[in-house]
Amino acid sequence: MGLESANSRPNSFRAGPDKDGHFGIFGGRYVAETLMPNILELEAAYRQAKDDDAFKAEFDDLLEHYVGRPSPLYFAERLTEHCNGAKIYFKRDELNHTGAHKINNCVGQILLARRMGKSRIIAETGAGQHGVATATVAARFGLPCIIYMGARDIERQAPNVFRMKLLGAEVRAVTSGSATLKDAMNEALRDWVTNVEDTFYIIGTAAGPHPYPELVRDFQSVIGREAREQILGREGRLPDSLVACIGGGSNAIGLFHPFLDDPDVSITAVEAAGHGLDTGEHAASIAGGTPGVLHGNRTYLLQDDDGQIIEAHSISAGLDYPGIGPEHAWLHAIGRASYVSVTDQEALDAFQTLAQLEGILPALEPSHAIAHVLKVAPTLPKDHLMIVNMCGRGDKDIFTVAEALGVDMGTGAQ
Amino acid sequence: MTDHFATDRLAARFASLKAEGRAGLVTYVMAGDPDFDVSFDILAGLPAAGADIIELGMSFTDPMADGPAIQAAALRALKAGTTLNTSLDLVRRFRPQDQDTPVILMGYYNPIHHKGVDSFLSEAKAAGVDGLIVVDLPPEEDAELCLPAKDAGLHFIRLATPTTDAERLPAVLRNTSGFLYYVSITGITGSASAQTDKIGSALAHIREKTDLPIAVGFGIKTPEQAAAMGDVADAVVVGSAIVDAIATATPEEAPAAAHGFVASLRDALERKAS
Repeated sequence: MGLESANSRPNSFRAGPDKDGHFGIFGGRYVAETLMPNILELEAAYRQAKDDDAFKAEFDDLLEHYVGRPSPLYFAERLTEHCNGAKIYFKRDELNHTGAHKINNCVGQILLARRMGKSRIIAETGAGQHGVATATVAARFGLPCIIYMGARDIERQAPNVFRMKLLGAEVRAVTSGSATLKDAMNEALRDWVTNVEDTFYIIGTAAGPHPYPELVRDFQSVIGREAREQILGREGRLPDSLVACIGGGSNAIGLFHPFLDDPDVSITAVEAAGHGLDTGEHAASIAGGTPGVLHGNRTYLLQDDDGQIIEAHSISAGLDYPGIGPEHAWLHAIGRASYVSVTDQEALDAFQTLAQLEGILPALEPSHAIAHVLKVAPTLPKDHLMIVNMCGRGDKDIFTVAEALGVDMGTGAQ
Repeated sequence: MTDHFATDRLAARFASLKAEGRAGLVTYVMAGDPDFDVSFDILAGLPAAGADIIELGMSFTDPMADGPAIQAAALRALKAGTTLNTSLDLVRRFRPQDQDTPVILMGYYNPIHHKGVDSFLSEAKAAGVDGLIVVDLPPEEDAELCLPAKDAGLHFIRLATPTTDAERLPAVLRNTSGFLYYVSITGITGSASAQTDKIGSALAHIREKTDLPIAVGFGIKTPEQAAAMGDVADAVVVGSAIVDAIATATPEEAPAAAHGFVASLRDALERKAS
């Protein structure tokens, strides 16, 4: 089956996935038999919840009063002047409770967990942002919570590890494999297989076995729905383009999905090129990967000639994953969205530029989106409206940035 | 399809086990662990040591259903340069000396997907492989590999688990062939062992729905446990404990360590039967 015939242009870009969780040839349910009943139970519970006004009302109420939504749509005036081209807006999801978009999805999934009568929460985390968001909602609902985190990431992200512990979560170090995010996900899956009766696995990105890519997307689509309403209010028309960074792709699909059927809105996702695509040390699954099957879904993966998974690299721990959500794989295959990449260095430069132009410390993840904006905005006309997803704040990254800039945090010396 | 299975080693082996009146011993080792040559010596000696059926692990970087022992074995094998192709080479080299012992490849889908399903199946069949166990392909994804494998004359052995309820069992059994692999616990390979009485009643329910032989595995570590499980199952699978015996021995001693342990398992099963 060729990619093209399998991914022929649909009537709507928003209708997926099909009943078996496929977006074109991507997605699916590639999990051990032990998990299949759980996956099917989750899907049934989600279908019911989706049609339940009470579930929606509780989700919306928590997003408003606990998370702090709607997040502002901010006109980045000085960045716009600096670029002297497109008119740039930021969707300010970094102002959410816990400092990133991750909490939107965690609120939705913990409500599902409670509805399904699950009494124990597990999650994987890379940088720790999804771990912190999961520990937060687990504390809010009084459920015990175990976070799997690669031993190497625990070293790199000590402040977030302490945050999770303060929130009452148990952080389990994963030493298997390469001891990073993909191994944390393997270990969370192993826990889930072992404790299948009472445990709910809160996956943090729009990937994994069906129905996770769909439900994470739906919970994150609040970003795009708000942005759409806000830009219509501010400018009286839809934007010309959307830009978001992409690792697994939850912030990106959250912004993009409500605009997929607007043909005049161009959509760009920015992958992490790490040290450069030609160095082999990057996290750009679309630019540098091929289709394969990992963590429950078929998608683009970084892999070698034998189909073994290659470790990803990015200065941004949140983008440091060797795969991408299956809906993105499909949007790439059919050409509805463009996937570009920027390097660690370009993201670091954008981080500093934005801090000084707008008084916003972006997380290193959206710094990738900003780096792309700095390249393309100057080439666009002044009536071009662009929305960039500012999906996380950069406070968590100051140690990484200091190290990259050669600053000693103890003395401030450079 | 019957033509493809003209030399059905699995059917012949289960028939002879039935005639002997004992449970079979299925031994799992990781292809290429600790390296190709030692791995071949281990494989070559398994039938004489007492293995009735051989499961050969295909190494993968992300073995999400495996415990620490098999995870480590996969990493050792990969480090020694093992690939899906060299794993097939092991079977190719093994088969001329042993026409009777079934060899099942067990692993994860991605390396097969990457190689290409059709070429993998034809090379595996030609090498002398008898069946496949691919952990991350549930019945919902049968079109990927299960159905093509059966067309190519390879058995597709499915796992049933304690979470496979009466409603789901027909889907699990539908395209399964060779035997059914019953996972005795909800968990990963090498976990704590399950209670034999619970397994017995679970197997009784499954036997109402199928005539396939049933092998029980995950968590069987000692000759005593193997013998106890042999009371209720048609075969018992031991993996992590053999892999551990290989890991703790030097490469020179690894074949003898593996074969000695396998012999003790077989001995326990024989004594139980007699």
